[in-house]
Amino acid sequence: MSNTLRPYLNAVRATLTAALTLENFSSQVVERHNKPEVEVQTSPEALLKPLIVSRNESERVLIEPSVNAIRLSISIKQADEIEKILCHKFTRFMMMRAEGFVILRRKPIPGYDISFLITNFHSESMLKHKLVDFIIQFMEDVDKEISEMKLSLNARARIVAESYLSTVSAFSTREYDYNLANLTNLARVRKPRLDVISGHSKLG
Amino acid sequence: MSAPEVFQLSLGPLTGIAFSPDRSQVCVCPNSNEARIYTRNGDSWDLTDTLAEHDKLITAIAWGPNTNRIVTCSQDRNAYVWTQTEQGWKPALVILKINRAATSVKWSPAENKFAVGSGSRVIAICSFDEENNWWTARQIKKPLRSTVLSLDWHPNNYLVAAGTADGKVYVYSGYIKGLEAKPEANIWGDKLPTGHLLAEFRSPNGGWVHDVAFSPSGDALAFVAHDSSINIIYASGPNEPPAAHIVVKLPSLPFTSLTWTSESSIVAAGHDCQPILFSGSHEGWAISRSLDDPSSTAKPLTPTATGARAGGVGRLGNNEAFNMFKAADSKGQRGTPQPGATPTSAGLTPVGSDGLLLTVHQNTITHVEAYEWNQSGEVSKIFTAGRDGRLVVWSVTGGKGLTGRMAGLQV
Repeated sequence: MSNTLRPYLNAVRATLTAALTLENFSSQVVERHNKPEVEVQTSPEALLKPLIVSRNESERVLIEPSVNAIRLSISIKQADEIEKILCHKFTRFMMMRAEGFVILRRKPIPGYDISFLITNFHSESMLKHKLVDFIIQFMEDVDKEISEMKLSLNARARIVAESYLSTVSAFSTREYDYNLANLTNLARVRKPRLDVISGHSKLG
Repeated sequence: MSAPEVFQLSLGPLTGIAFSPDRSQVCVCPNSNEARIYTRNGDSWDLTDTLAEHDKLITAIAWGPNTNRIVTCSQDRNAYVWTQTEQGWKPALVILKINRAATSVKWSPAENKFAVGSGSRVIAICSFDEENNWWTARQIKKPLRSTVLSLDWHPNNYLVAAGTADGKVYVYSGYIKGLEAKPEANIWGDKLPTGHLLAEFRSPNGGWVHDVAFSPSGDALAFVAHDSSINIIYASGPNEPPAAHIVVKLPSLPFTSLTWTSESSIVAAGHDCQPILFSGSHEGWAISRSLDDPSSTAKPLTPTATGARAGGVGRLGNNEAFNMFKAADSKGQRGTPQPGATPTSAGLTPVGSDGLLLTVHQNTITHVEAYEWNQSGEVSKIFTAGRDGRLVVWSVTGGKGLTGRMAGLQV
């Protein structure tokens, strides 16, 4: 773990632990409903100030607490086009299976790559410190995962390129031989005339 | 300090809890639309009755110690008063006239009325209507602007305190004309028509007020807010500013519940999963001690699963260096969590090697109430209940000073 990652993750861990102090809060706007206040944003007094923990320009975490849910959005490091594509595919893959991840949000907040929505029902049924551990683990792993994918993509691209190019080069060699042979045959057939016309003797 | 009694009543949260007058029965809501009555049977609790009338989550339960009536309120906007008959518990309707969830309920000390807080920015003071055989409500509306999260009655049976989601604490008159004698002037106010606002407070940094409580004498009011503070207010006289507003700010996570154990001590508990005893007077308040300090006991009070090893797998399990690298590898933690390392410094409760918290409660404590009183009228035992489905009875006295704490220490 690099030197700047640890304080970054510690700050996220402390903020998340403090933000995960949720309670069951029935909607005071819609009758008989219980909605995550951070999503509906109808009661300003039920929301707290959102907070951004930032490691550098591209890596940051937005934590939006409210009385009965928190929303955590992560912006994942994307250095180049390949990482952008990989990150998009990776987060899309997970968000399409959001039910399986329980706390994952189906769509990220604009400006971020992936969002989690933790409600009081999640913090009631799961141990809170394990939830925090899970998020931190995810943040650690996602960078690793994407750089690993990038490496394996590059390696695969190299192999594909090599094998493709070797096929092309082999094919073009064969083609040359074939052409040469044809030409020879042609020359052999037409030899008397060629000979007659141009006086080429080497082909024979 | 005697060891606390721990009972696992449910796997999910206990959203409401109330003991019967003789403490032989307990009425709890296991995060559902029905309340269950358990009867004590030695060291366990047997289910004896189920109160099923609500159709959404029950948010609070109160059991009158003198009249033996239970009142439940729920997010379905209703409340019921349950009376014990020979055929079991029978519900009586309460005409609350609210259109959002009911959030909290408390019997008044004389038990001729009760107060219900709600999400429709209303406090309903309910009394029994003999003619129609139901309970009717008188509503307090002004100046509530948000959900009422908590309520408490003054011991004189007339005043009610309410904590709201916009960070305010109000003291109202809950007097009902025609039901009871006209109240006399007291330290909080002299004019007491129904719903009259007598005082208004807020904690210095705001935040949702999770619980309010009057002191046994009724001259002081304490509340806990989401800014991790506990506030104690001493009244001075009618229409005068309070004599003292003491704020104790804490480095821990916010409290969700508190109870006075005597005129000079309070137990509060919340998201740190441990009840903490405060003591003080109108000159100042401070933390006395934690009732469940992971550092003060040699081994955690939490019962471990049978057959579970204390360390990890094989002989490396007890190796400190191995555990340190393992923690660094799996959780990004520097060093192992020591039992006894700063319990609440950054709001991080220490985690044991089995992945569970070192405290008895494994999740937020949502209820702290008095369980037993001694001869002098001070609370000697309290109970806590939380989101982990555990009910714990703690001894409050006997732990004063070093000797009391050393008695519980195992060497």
